[in-house]
Amino acid sequence: MKQKKQWYDYLWIWTTIYLVMGFFNILFAWLGLACFFIPLIISVVKSTKGYCNNYCGRGQLFALLGGRFGLSRKKDMPKWMKSKWFRYGFLIFFFIMFFQMLWNTYLVFAGAQDLKQVVTLLWTFKVPWHWAYHGTLFSDGVAQFAFGFYSVMLTSTILGFVTMILFKPRSWCVYCPMGTMTQLICKAKAGTCSTGSCSR
Amino acid sequence: MQETKKIRKKASILQNECVACGCCVKVCPLGAISIYKGVYAQVDEDKCVGCGKCAVECPASIINLISK
Repeated sequence: MKQKKQWYDYLWIWTTIYLVMGFFNILFAWLGLACFFIPLIISVVKSTKGYCNNYCGRGQLFALLGGRFGLSRKKDMPKWMKSKWFRYGFLIFFFIMFFQMLWNTYLVFAGAQDLKQVVTLLWTFKVPWHWAYHGTLFSDGVAQFAFGFYSVMLTSTILGFVTMILFKPRSWCVYCPMGTMTQLICKAKAGTCSTGSCSR
Repeated sequence: MQETKKIRKKASILQNECVACGCCVKVCPLGAISIYKGVYAQVDEDKCVGCGKCAVECPASIINLISK
């Protein structure tokens, strides 16, 4: 229902600040963990997708840019992109890449690998990012995780931005790994799987 | 007397394909849509007036207006 704006309707500002801060001090990337844990906690504790529905700043940012700023073509997205196999496949791919990033972080913590001051875009392109690194009080691994995590966040923002332009503003929401994961948790808790209608 | 037959359109959601993102809930001017347990969106047909805002907003384009 269209209502008075709530405080959480401005969380797109937080997302914007987060993305900008990564250009100045990479250690801010750590704060992005909130975007991972809060949706999971809400889905586990409250059995809702309350994060997607109300608090997701990225979704709001895309809705704003694609909607009010008119950057979106507002066309239907291709059928394969909203299919289950693509959504679950993307979630699995995302997980693999995430664990690889954690592994690299571990190697730096363990001293087996040197810190790489790069942000990897689209899991392929290594962009020099040394200008956002000013040292850390802790282990180099802390910085390595920041670079890796920011890579994940920037990559997914770029993907979401491209599909925002091509399709509907919040197309990202359809294949967002966090969204897919929280929906799976909600499905499991709602028992729609045990009744044999897991596809619902 | 001639009876005029009203064709009423209502939003209909393909629940099997819904990702429960909640975009439709946000734009519905009548508060007729809710998310069922974080799994899919559902329309309260008593409240829906068939304006179609949700159908436009839905990122997966799985909401259609259907005559009831």
